[in-house]
Amino acid sequence: MEQVKRKLRVATTSLAGCFGCHMSLLDIDERLVPLLDLIELDASPLTDLKHCGPCDLGLIEGGLCNAENVHVLREFRRQCQTLVAVGSCAITGGLPAQRNHLDIRDCLQTVYLTGVGVERGFIPNDPELPLPLDRVHPLHDVVKIDYFLPGCPPSADAIWQFLNDLIAGRTPQLGHGLIRYD
Amino acid sequence: MSSIVARHRHDGTRLVQILRDVVAAEGYVAPRVITALAEALALPRAHVEGVAGFYSFFATEPRGRFRVLFSGNVTDEMAGSRELCRRLLDSFHLELGEVSRDGLVSVGTTSCTGLCDQGPALLVNGRAIARLTPQRIGAISSLIRGGSPVDEWPKNLLRIHSHVEKRGILLSDQLAPGEALSAAVRRGREATLAELVRSNLRGRGGAGFSTGAKWSACAAAPGEERYVVCNADEGEPGTFKDRELLGGHANLVVDGLCVAAYAVGAQKGFVYLRGEYEFLVAPLEEQLAARRESGLLGRNVLGVDGFDFDIELHVGAGAYVCGEESALIESLEGKRGIPRNRPPYPVTHGYLGKPTVVNNVETLAAAAWIVVHGADAFRAVGTAKSAGTKLLSVSGDVDRPGTYEYPFGVSVERVLADAGARNTQAVQVGGPSGTLLAPHEFQRRIALEDVPSAGAFMVFDRSRDMLAVADNFARFFAHESCGFCTPCRVGTTLNAQLMARILAGKGSRGDFEDLARISKLMKAASHCGLGATAGNPVLDALAKYRPAFDRRLKSLDVLPPFDLDEALAPAREATARDDAGAHFDEEDERVIPGGGYE
Amino acid sequence: MSDDARKTFALDGQEVPFEPGQTILQAALAAGHYVPHLCFHPEFRPHGSCRVCTVKVNGRTTASCTTPARDDDVVESHTEELAELRRSLIQFLFTEGNHFCPSCEQSGNCTLQAVGYELGVTTGHYNPLFPNRPLDASHPDVLLDFNRCILCELCVHASAEVDKKHVFALSGRGITKHLVVNAESGRLCDTPLAVYDKAMSVCPVGVIQRKGRGFAVPIGTRTYDRAPISGIAVARREEV
Repeated sequence: MEQVKRKLRVATTSLAGCFGCHMSLLDIDERLVPLLDLIELDASPLTDLKHCGPCDLGLIEGGLCNAENVHVLREFRRQCQTLVAVGSCAITGGLPAQRNHLDIRDCLQTVYLTGVGVERGFIPNDPELPLPLDRVHPLHDVVKIDYFLPGCPPSADAIWQFLNDLIAGRTPQLGHGLIRYD
Repeated sequence: MSSIVARHRHDGTRLVQILRDVVAAEGYVAPRVITALAEALALPRAHVEGVAGFYSFFATEPRGRFRVLFSGNVTDEMAGSRELCRRLLDSFHLELGEVSRDGLVSVGTTSCTGLCDQGPALLVNGRAIARLTPQRIGAISSLIRGGSPVDEWPKNLLRIHSHVEKRGILLSDQLAPGEALSAAVRRGREATLAELVRSNLRGRGGAGFSTGAKWSACAAAPGEERYVVCNADEGEPGTFKDRELLGGHANLVVDGLCVAAYAVGAQKGFVYLRGEYEFLVAPLEEQLAARRESGLLGRNVLGVDGFDFDIELHVGAGAYVCGEESALIESLEGKRGIPRNRPPYPVTHGYLGKPTVVNNVETLAAAAWIVVHGADAFRAVGTAKSAGTKLLSVSGDVDRPGTYEYPFGVSVERVLADAGARNTQAVQVGGPSGTLLAPHEFQRRIALEDVPSAGAFMVFDRSRDMLAVADNFARFFAHESCGFCTPCRVGTTLNAQLMARILAGKGSRGDFEDLARISKLMKAASHCGLGATAGNPVLDALAKYRPAFDRRLKSLDVLPPFDLDEALAPAREATARDDAGAHFDEEDERVIPGGGYE
Repeated sequence: MSDDARKTFALDGQEVPFEPGQTILQAALAAGHYVPHLCFHPEFRPHGSCRVCTVKVNGRTTASCTTPARDDDVVESHTEELAELRRSLIQFLFTEGNHFCPSCEQSGNCTLQAVGYELGVTTGHYNPLFPNRPLDASHPDVLLDFNRCILCELCVHASAEVDKKHVFALSGRGITKHLVVNAESGRLCDTPLAVYDKAMSVCPVGVIQRKGRGFAVPIGTRTYDRAPISGIAVARREEV
């Protein structure tokens, strides 16, 4: 039987997140070298490719706080066979979701019009800007998510273990110390 | 306030009754009232707040001087209650849950009011009004504007009809007050207990526990004080047979309670009447007063030396879970209606920790019948394992809704034929917590050994959407969960949300899996019967009416549980934008390949 | 003969001895067997609200904290079926409240989190309810963050039974059930709660927080960061 050793095609993105999960991915350090023998990157902040082609795996950091986040997430869902919610924000809404009990109109008012130190403010309304949603949502509120990798951020070891399991065709299992919510 | 507390003898166990009186006087329970009650009753304030916050008839925020609650049972909705509710709301320019600006009126919904044979129904300041029509809604609207107290409203508006469509041994019996108690006294305590055991009478509230065994255990429990309780908290949606028994055959029921007291040696009894049946309070109080007059209650009842027994009426306040016997006891003690951990059971540790028997209304009526006519006559009726008769509350798509008394073992199709049902696609036996039967099961029989039932028998013809039926039941359980345990508290709410989503065409196959997972979890892990059965209507509907679910799917994929375009509306408002980028278009709602559940 | 009189039940095939009056969970923990639990506290009468300690006794599911141990019962706890049931319950609790672990002072010492780790819970799975539960920062020494409340009732019992203050109670019902404090203002500062009260130390999550003392132990080195709760709970019982 013919064994085609094809590299796993992987896309990553950060939605309403802080890029901390991406930093943690880079924190796997020298293990990046063997990893890059196994995967190749498609759309990602690391490649600066903006749109995602057909991929085996999508890693998404951050939750959904605006319209653009939803569009990007849906593009990833269309293109990626397996989609992983990476980190607290992607899984729970995280820090951005702490605004969920506030009215977004009040938030915009305070930040752009009435807040301390704001002079001649206005609420930005350029059509180029994505509009914020009334509430911040975790990814699984809008598309099906296949795996969840918790942590704020997940540690480099957790990411390494998780990717190795996936690449080897195992259901990822994170033991004590690797599974963390904080 | 102080007169209310004084009327209840500053007794903290009467807190639910006290709060009922507060609401009758002021419309709601204000924070300052909670503080005052706590002081007057020497209870922690937070305890009083907790009790006030538990029962749905105790608002803790201002309500209207006229508080209208539409019965939300599925049979009411099938008979047009939502449209009638809208009509009343429109006549006051109100939305559901709001109080009119002049404080005159507020309109909301409540769980089944037990008037399914004459729905749609509503409660106004606790009084039931049935057989609602657009004309009656108009009359109610005018009367509210007129401002006169509900007691002074036209009698014909407040009249509750009796619909007994089929009489068996209980409903055809004309026992005189005290006749059953006299029969018990003639037999003596031990023989009465033995006769009950021999009769094979099983509890009619749904659980089917042997009444004789329950009474014997209570009689044998150590302690001097004992209590007997009539459970008239008939809250299972679609059930109204106890209303009929207490309305037309209260003698039999009260005699049954007295027999229980005599047999177990209780000094005090309670009738715990659901708040929705407030119209039964006055006739029951009259009946109890007449019995005191004639020596059937009080000291040395029937001249039996040392048989001191009296009955107190307690009225509930909108909490289905209080139909569970230990939650009912908590409520009688003036607490939140949370089912207790068992063991110990109420027969040894019940009201105030004393041995207590709690029996359903129909069980007590049957017990009274048995002591008069004997166990053999009782066992001659029904099936081998289910002796006697069962009262069924038949409602929904039938020509003759009402109460039907059948020997146990009657087939579902026989009941349908008698009640005039046509094109029936489903019957909900025993209410939402019971069993949903599809046509291929209509030859099954109402009996403990086949389809047990606490009495509800709701019929749905082929014009009905069984998904909407399951949705109604899911909402019912979410409203009635006491919130004590995690699976029921969260599971009932998640189920209701998922059902609403599927009904709105925003569901996915994954939601069906979640409904099943949640329902099974509630069944396995809940603290009491409410949670254990709360998933039944959803599981039954999924198993037997799956196409009703499938045809609601607009996509094979996950759809957000919220409207994406709506979610941008506040930001559109704040930015005054309305360009294409400020909206999600149809394209966004399209099928997303690869995102689907298999 | 006296050995024969010793009463035991079988927990996942292992014999567990018990004293009369002990529940299954009490006996299991005393014998060094971990059964996941949240609302159980060894100093209080078990009440069985969280249901995380659910086990199968002779094939029927029941809460092990409130079910009396009985001689010769066959109890299952460490099975995939029960692990899945418990995972679902943990997911329910995460879905119901606002549990933002990265900013929580209790993170690493939190029982809810630790049991989630133990069971391998990686997501709340359901659509989060995001309830609006404002904080109460009125008390000079104590902060109440209701977002994290799992309604376990331990603070209610501790305040009533040990402190004799009745500072806490539960109101509402169903999904609207919530913790209230014993004051008409609804504010903690109008109650007699003091930092040395028992009620201060029983919260399994991070609702009741001491003010002015944050992150004394860095995240990553806290109780359940160092070892899984299954080991710690059992070790603690052995110390007692």
